[in-house]
Amino acid sequence: MKKRVVIIGAGHGGVQAASTLREDGFEGEIVLISDESDAPYQKPPLSKGYLQGKQTAQAILFRSANYYNDNEIDLQLGVRVNHIYTQENQIELSDGSKLDYDYLIVATGACNRKLLFHGKIAEKIYYLRNFTDAKVIEEKINPARHIVIIGGGFIGLELAALAIEKEKKVTVIETEDRLMKRVLPEALSKVFYDTHKAHGVEMLLGVSVVDVIDGKTIKLNDGKTLETDLVLAGIGVIVETELTENSDISFDDGIVVNGFQQSNIPNVYAIGDCANHYNPFAKKSLRLESVQNAVDQAKVAASHIMGKPIEYNTVPWFWTNQYHLKLQMAGISFGFEEAIIRQSPKPDRFSVYYFRKEKLIAVDSLNRPADHLNARKLLAAGISPTKQQVEDFDFKLNSLLID
Amino acid sequence: MPKATYIETEGKVHELDLPLGATFMEGAVQNDVKGIVAECGGSCMCATCHIYVDDAFLELLPEMEEEEEEMLEGATAERTPNSRLGCQVRISKALDGIILRVPGEQ
Repeated sequence: MKKRVVIIGAGHGGVQAASTLREDGFEGEIVLISDESDAPYQKPPLSKGYLQGKQTAQAILFRSANYYNDNEIDLQLGVRVNHIYTQENQIELSDGSKLDYDYLIVATGACNRKLLFHGKIAEKIYYLRNFTDAKVIEEKINPARHIVIIGGGFIGLELAALAIEKEKKVTVIETEDRLMKRVLPEALSKVFYDTHKAHGVEMLLGVSVVDVIDGKTIKLNDGKTLETDLVLAGIGVIVETELTENSDISFDDGIVVNGFQQSNIPNVYAIGDCANHYNPFAKKSLRLESVQNAVDQAKVAASHIMGKPIEYNTVPWFWTNQYHLKLQMAGISFGFEEAIIRQSPKPDRFSVYYFRKEKLIAVDSLNRPADHLNARKLLAAGISPTKQQVEDFDFKLNSLLID
Repeated sequence: MPKATYIETEGKVHELDLPLGATFMEGAVQNDVKGIVAECGGSCMCATCHIYVDDAFLELLPEMEEEEEEMLEGATAERTPNSRLGCQVRISKALDGIILRVPGEQ
């Protein structure tokens, strides 16, 4: 009998899993379920090209309308999964119907953390995660003159840059004393801070929001009050527990998986933002929120189902675009002991190389795409340049890659 | 709509009508041309939409920005004078009939 793979979630991971299964010759049924009504689309352009008006809704779709039919992928839009019955190998859908699976891939991603004041989720604060959110923000942003953004992380700052391009007055509020502190060293935070300031963004650092009233009045912990037209927030994401909480699937911040993306239930896989995995580059268990992670874990899960297991072992990489700044990150810098800067002759073009015990563990590149691509290759091969080689801009780091 | 012909590594040919202004990466991905990966979705971040443009059309393309130039240096398949990133070039009337070859690896 033909096997059936059910994939929950049609983001980068879910679509990739379906594609890889077909490309690798899977002959059974593939059901791809999405709780969104839009055909599957790419997420990174939402906070960049789409809201800038440079990429259309059509341009950010993963595939043509015919792709799913042509490849016998049963795409079900606007359907939620209520429950997973691991004993019966069955899921329950939002219309109450049941669907059997031989293999289940959970690719449900993460959802926005919401601001809570007085124990309640604050109203009229807008977050960006999916296409519906983007359409709402698009509509709200145009008439607004002053926009306050809560959170000085990637999404918040991408939205700030976007609002500046639309000639809005912008204020960013960040609890930490510098931007993107969780992931970036001081030198990089400073470049982004200076650039946003130069574009006219008002930066409030080390300040937290204690209340937002009617999406217009913002009260801060230093006693000040701001009045604004629109409040946007990007304060991180969490994985919803609803889907797994009444099942025997192990969950700890995300669905706990092994190197083949299998959960404690061998025919239930989890991939992408919702998968808590041991990452060999971070040398610890974590969730990664990135396109790379979703796509590569999808391939790992699909290959395992096809009986050609490959363990997840890809260099993590991320990026953000703000104004003329393109930041690309390779590896996980967590726990670094030394950071060495490789400075090009231009101030806004440099890379930071992170070392732990003389070993290269991560590289952040600012407007240095070639450094980034080389870094991914060096990290994948486990090759560490010396610190002198990194500092010497005339030394070609890619020469280390040639045996 | 202008036409573009993609030739996959193993010889499969796709003759496609592309909407004016679409990038060659979008044209490939949405029509299931194998070998154009486009991991980053067109942000000039990953160099996995590397294509070889036929000589006859090379001159008609806009010049490369510095970042495309740099990304191509890091592309997996051999960089040639015909190399471009599919996400950085768009179909136009002038490019009607363009021929693009997909490299063996991205």
